[in-house]
Amino acid sequence: MDIVKLSLTDVRDKIAAKKLSSVEVTKAIFDRIKETADLNTLITVTEQSALEKAAEVDGKIARGEKIGALAGVPIIVKDNISTSGIRTTCASRFLSNYVPPFDATVIKKLKAADAVIVGKANMDEFAMGSSNENSAFGPVRNAVDPTRVPGGSSGGSASSVAAFQAFGALGSDTGGSIRQPASFCGVVGLKPTYSAVSRFGLVAFASSLDQIGPITRCVRDNAELLNVIAGHDEMDSTSAFVKEDYTDYKTGVKGKTIGIAKEFFDREFSAEVKNAVLAAAKLYEKAGAVLKEISISSFDAALATYYIIACAEASSNLARFDGVKYGLRADADDYIDIYYKSRTAYFGAEVKRRIMIGNYVLSSGYYDAYYLKASKVRTKIKAEFDAALKECDFILGPTSPTTAFKLGGDFTDPSEAYTADIFTVPVNIAGNPAISIPCGADKSGLPIGLQLIGRSFGERELFGAAETLEKELG
Amino acid sequence: MTADYEITIGLEIHCELKTKSKIFCSCPNTFGGEPNTHCCPVCSGFPGVLPVLNKTAVEYTVKAGLALGCDISRYSKWDRKNYFYPDLPKAWQTSQYDLPLCRGGGVAFKGADGEDKFVRLNRIHLEEDAGKLIHEGGVTRVDYNRCGVPLMEIVTEPDLHSPEDAVAFLTELKNILKYTGVSDVKMQEGSLRCDVNLSVARKGGPLGTRTETKNLNSFRSVLRSCKYEAERQIELLESGGEVVQETRRWDDAAGEGSGMRGKENAHDYRYFPEPDLMPVVMSDEDIERIRATIPALKQQRIDKYTAEYNLSDYDAALITADVAIADLFDGTVAEGANPKKAANFIMGDVMRLAKEPGSEDVNIKITPAQLSAMLSLVEQGVVSLVAVQKEIFPKVWGTDADPAAVVDKLGLRQSNDTAEIEAAVKEIMAANEKVVNDYRSGNTKVVSFFVGQVMKATKGKANPKVVNEVLSRLLKG
Repeated sequence: MDIVKLSLTDVRDKIAAKKLSSVEVTKAIFDRIKETADLNTLITVTEQSALEKAAEVDGKIARGEKIGALAGVPIIVKDNISTSGIRTTCASRFLSNYVPPFDATVIKKLKAADAVIVGKANMDEFAMGSSNENSAFGPVRNAVDPTRVPGGSSGGSASSVAAFQAFGALGSDTGGSIRQPASFCGVVGLKPTYSAVSRFGLVAFASSLDQIGPITRCVRDNAELLNVIAGHDEMDSTSAFVKEDYTDYKTGVKGKTIGIAKEFFDREFSAEVKNAVLAAAKLYEKAGAVLKEISISSFDAALATYYIIACAEASSNLARFDGVKYGLRADADDYIDIYYKSRTAYFGAEVKRRIMIGNYVLSSGYYDAYYLKASKVRTKIKAEFDAALKECDFILGPTSPTTAFKLGGDFTDPSEAYTADIFTVPVNIAGNPAISIPCGADKSGLPIGLQLIGRSFGERELFGAAETLEKELG
Repeated sequence: MTADYEITIGLEIHCELKTKSKIFCSCPNTFGGEPNTHCCPVCSGFPGVLPVLNKTAVEYTVKAGLALGCDISRYSKWDRKNYFYPDLPKAWQTSQYDLPLCRGGGVAFKGADGEDKFVRLNRIHLEEDAGKLIHEGGVTRVDYNRCGVPLMEIVTEPDLHSPEDAVAFLTELKNILKYTGVSDVKMQEGSLRCDVNLSVARKGGPLGTRTETKNLNSFRSVLRSCKYEAERQIELLESGGEVVQETRRWDDAAGEGSGMRGKENAHDYRYFPEPDLMPVVMSDEDIERIRATIPALKQQRIDKYTAEYNLSDYDAALITADVAIADLFDGTVAEGANPKKAANFIMGDVMRLAKEPGSEDVNIKITPAQLSAMLSLVEQGVVSLVAVQKEIFPKVWGTDADPAAVVDKLGLRQSNDTAEIEAAVKEIMAANEKVVNDYRSGNTKVVSFFVGQVMKATKGKANPKVVNEVLSRLLKG
């Protein structure tokens, strides 16, 4: 038995049944992390504290004490989620020395569930990017093909799960940052409904779009991990008073209506991806679902809307990195100089670009034309998703227009790179949940991801439908 | 030449609310403290933190708004005001831009010329205070203790036309705010600060260009800076110059204003809706519930004091000038004291100790129960009023002492012993034959000399009634 290749659910059950010890599992994980270190998935490895936690859990089990829902299970956490006493860099030079004095709510919940945190995952700096090449700690390599990118921004989380470095990982998704890397790495990634998971302790990129979510190797594991991290948090005023048992879902799509939005397919993108996704739709039909063509007419405005809103919020959220309080500070003569020099030296190019876009769209004289207009389009997109999901149970489409591309790909026009998010960003704008699940491979053997979008707080229905495909595909 | 011009003034008043905790976290909202001891990751803007609204801060703002006659918004929201400064850890101030909690309203007050005047309010919104920079020995440090203290901003219409009226208005506003109990309104501690917008124009002409003088923290500096700025603008216009729209600072020590930044360098705050907070929704029931918590304001109390207690208008005005005094008075009367006697004691003795020299604030260090007990001791003839004024009151002030216990401790129980008093009077008369003769030759005013001497001899313990009786008997001879 190769321990690291067990599912999260299996390893959890085996530890609880004393068939495996958490220390044994955790050690196997660290061996695996060392063997696959070239993937550069982790910025910080927390071997000592992980082994201590594993031993503590083993002790609890030995004494017959009550244990949490993830007792003894090694988990990786994206490095923009605050961990008390463990540095949290957001893959930025700016925060390369920053150690938070508090835990994010999801970390508190993982700890309360007795999970073992084994490391902090590499990512695009401040979650800005779709290739994980915008990291001050170097690019992450795709576990499926190390010459290719893992996607981004949760590239480290997705690639680590694909590489069996953990049984699940947390990522964050602002415009596709969980789903697109899950798609590229052949794993399952969920962006929960906005407000389902507390954002307290998640270093904000775009507050009205950010959501933390699970990345796992199968649907069941995904539900288990979501179940631990979701729920209302009094520290996050936007978090919803919703707590469901997300593991209590029914596999099957009989009688369900699956919407095929023509705006997703009537465009130029990889034929292999398109064909695989449409083939998966046929499988759903075979399994008893009704396919229905629908239209989200504002779809084409979503990408621009997203980049205006996300950059506007980012320009404000990232203004606190000024060299005064934490992180690195450049040598300077006065406070203005501290700002200029620190922000010039320690932010990467993509982060600077988005801060500039954000400040531009919010500045007086441009606000109405950009930010205000984008807010109005946002309302329209939301309304269209709501309407579409009244006539169908899910909306099906590709997660990404391509499979994983080569590392070092040179986008001369940055807006070309932004089109990688074209299928994922509308969902963040609408706030709905969406899951990316593998639905085949291209001719180079690279995974193709299928995206299912559900109703607000319809995660259980999404898991049920996703698991149907998982079973159909074997 | 000044007489040819009309001054127009509008104020923005920042008032810290005295909630128990800060506006977006659970840190204590207390003045002072060692630097950076009253802050947490939330109010010092650590990465990943989120605000949680203190509902009391909203209620206090609505309460102030209701006391000032404002319309309360049923729906208001939060916005980020973005700018860089080291005392602002998130690099934005959470504030309210286009949907403030309160709109309209106004303040009636007596102008410096004795006329009844009214200033309209434009709006009241709620925001968070910033920290403080401490400059020491060429080094600047940041203290985040004040970050996140709830700050109410009251914006007036440009309805004021003299520096003196600006101060008269502020005095009345401060009073109303203090009456509502939402703020300490202590200018020395920075819980009330003021920005002044001022322009001048030839009488009958169009409004002039205004300047904004920031951060004035005493009535005196409001008065002086307004006078200075009005004169500066008039001189500028008289000499053929133009007033430039700008933000200015006031140096109170030097008595001078100076330009900080012009219009072209004005901050672009890039306001946008705060995505981390939900909008504030107020129902009619919420508003009525808050209205019910507003204590009786100044005019209501004046009416009661004159009608029910027969106090003079002058006395009623004096007692209600500060809510702390009025509260002490109401409390003392509620404890059973005679309103007139309580009023006299408060206006004389209490005010003397409560008003520290050079301060606009009143510090009451006695409880209604203590004051009522002292007055009751006089009433019952246990102790003389003089003994209370000179000996007991100063000992009770600032302590939790029981006045009766102080009387006993000091052995000040009044003597009604006629024989003892007679003996003292005889002794004094013997030693002051000349004065006795003065009295007997018709100068009866000198009786007060004897009263004083007897009181001195008996350490104030002699009952004045008995002393007067004995004196008039024995002096007549």
